[in-house]
Amino acid sequence: MNRLSVDLPGLQLKNPIMPASGCFGFGKEYGNLYDLSLLGAIMIKATTLEMRLGNPTPRVAETASGMLNAIGLQNPGLQGVLDRELPWLEQFDVPIIANVAGTETADYVEVAKMISAAPNVKALELNISCPNVKCGGITFGTDPEIAKELTKAVKAVSEVPVYVKLSPNVTDITAIARAVEAGGADGITMINTLVGMRLDQRTGRPIIANGTGGLSGPAVKPVAIRMVYEVSKAVNIPIIGMGGIAETADVIEFLSAGASAVAVGTANFVNPFICPTIIKELPAKLDELGINHISELIGRSHRL
Amino acid sequence: MIIQDRMKVIKQRQVAKNNFEMKLSGKLVGEITSPGQFVHIRVADSFEPLLRRPISIASIDKEAGEMTIIYRAEGRGTTILSERRVGDEVDVLGPLGNGFPVDETAEGETAILIGGGIGVPPLYELSKQLTAKGVKCVHVLGFQSADVVFYEDEFKVLGETHIVTVDGTHGTKGFVTTVMEKLGDDFATYYSCGPMPMLNAVETMYAGKKGFLSFEQRMGCGIGACFACVCQTTEGTEKAYVKVCSDGPVFPAGVVAI
Repeated sequence: MNRLSVDLPGLQLKNPIMPASGCFGFGKEYGNLYDLSLLGAIMIKATTLEMRLGNPTPRVAETASGMLNAIGLQNPGLQGVLDRELPWLEQFDVPIIANVAGTETADYVEVAKMISAAPNVKALELNISCPNVKCGGITFGTDPEIAKELTKAVKAVSEVPVYVKLSPNVTDITAIARAVEAGGADGITMINTLVGMRLDQRTGRPIIANGTGGLSGPAVKPVAIRMVYEVSKAVNIPIIGMGGIAETADVIEFLSAGASAVAVGTANFVNPFICPTIIKELPAKLDELGINHISELIGRSHRL
Repeated sequence: MIIQDRMKVIKQRQVAKNNFEMKLSGKLVGEITSPGQFVHIRVADSFEPLLRRPISIASIDKEAGEMTIIYRAEGRGTTILSERRVGDEVDVLGPLGNGFPVDETAEGETAILIGGGIGVPPLYELSKQLTAKGVKCVHVLGFQSADVVFYEDEFKVLGETHIVTVDGTHGTKGFVTTVMEKLGDDFATYYSCGPMPMLNAVETMYAGKKGFLSFEQRMGCGIGACFACVCQTTEGTEKAYVKVCSDGPVFPAGVVAI
């Protein structure tokens, strides 16, 4: 019996560990280091209709136990992803979750329609929470009504289940979560990064060229845990949790809070082998906790 | 192949003010393919500081399985690294990036190697490999002041070496270009590593000559996945950006817009 398997809409995961979008490119760099078939799934880098060059540099700045980034959704565009990136990933036995971004509803719909038809794309992750682009992104993720309408529009064309990636940069994340559930979302992924800023000691100017950036890494984990806990009580669709996961114990915490699976982001930059390492360590962790199957952990904080 | 290795510190010494030389031993050394490649070092096993530090490789000894890095202890991470002692283990990812092409200069030809500050170290292994194959190396090494000059004697053993300091406290006063002007352009290839303004000046002065430049950028992952360390290219197309960590750090002159 596979003690780590988790079934979610569109996704039969051999384990609940996947790299988070934006922290794994389209897999090639990590594919040089280990067998990507070991992963539960892969969330590929955000894809937009047209190629995007991203923001000027500096794009990253380190913070206490974390980092700020403002990459700006650099990607080769829908056609490049369909022609080159997704076919390359077909050699691995791993479901792909395609992160879809745009500046207006029509972009999201077009990308969702085309990319959801790719053979290895088993689910979409609707990116309504990128804090680093001027139009679109987070503007769709901070108003419940707009988030709901976009979800509906994408659901109408997608050939695979749609997960919506929520922004933590809101007063009440449960309102957005309920809205996307009402819009037909099959699941939620959360959290995207928290908007932050660092200023240069000498000049007083922002260190990141974009001014602000998204905070990620172990520093944000308690915020993510709290939000997963709140949202999992508020909705009936599954959550893929993320935000600062850096070791196996963090996975237990996210599942306990109510996530059904997790994504590992920034930690891939610190330790490129972190995903397979966590997957390898999980069975012993379950033994330690006296747990037979990992699904027993999901939402256990609510049952106490 | 890129590997993650727990390398052993076998030497750590200060070579100039705030500049340290660390010798590390481990199987990673066997994977190094060219001078100018770098390693990504996790200075502590905790998540503080979080990110690895990219540091260039100054010399390698494949038979002994040892490599030397030279780094400036300037920020939090590199200061922690400078406190590591002989016998400690350090988490090293590498070798990363594409280094300097040694085979672009033939035996009997002359190469000029221009380094600035903490851009000097990778030129040392490059010079060792070039001189070993019979290339005549001329070194132009620029520093801020006398107290941060390092490896002068080591470079002198390999070939003609000019030290330049901004404040004139050692060697020629001025910038690397001050010396380059006098050297002329009777050479086959130039190789350079240093801050962006210096690379710009070098490329401009040697316009039309065959050259290779090594760039620096703030990095995240070091392996090409995070898109943090991009540089604009002189082309305006899909290749408008290159990644310093995995496409570089060494590029032929003229590729990166500086």
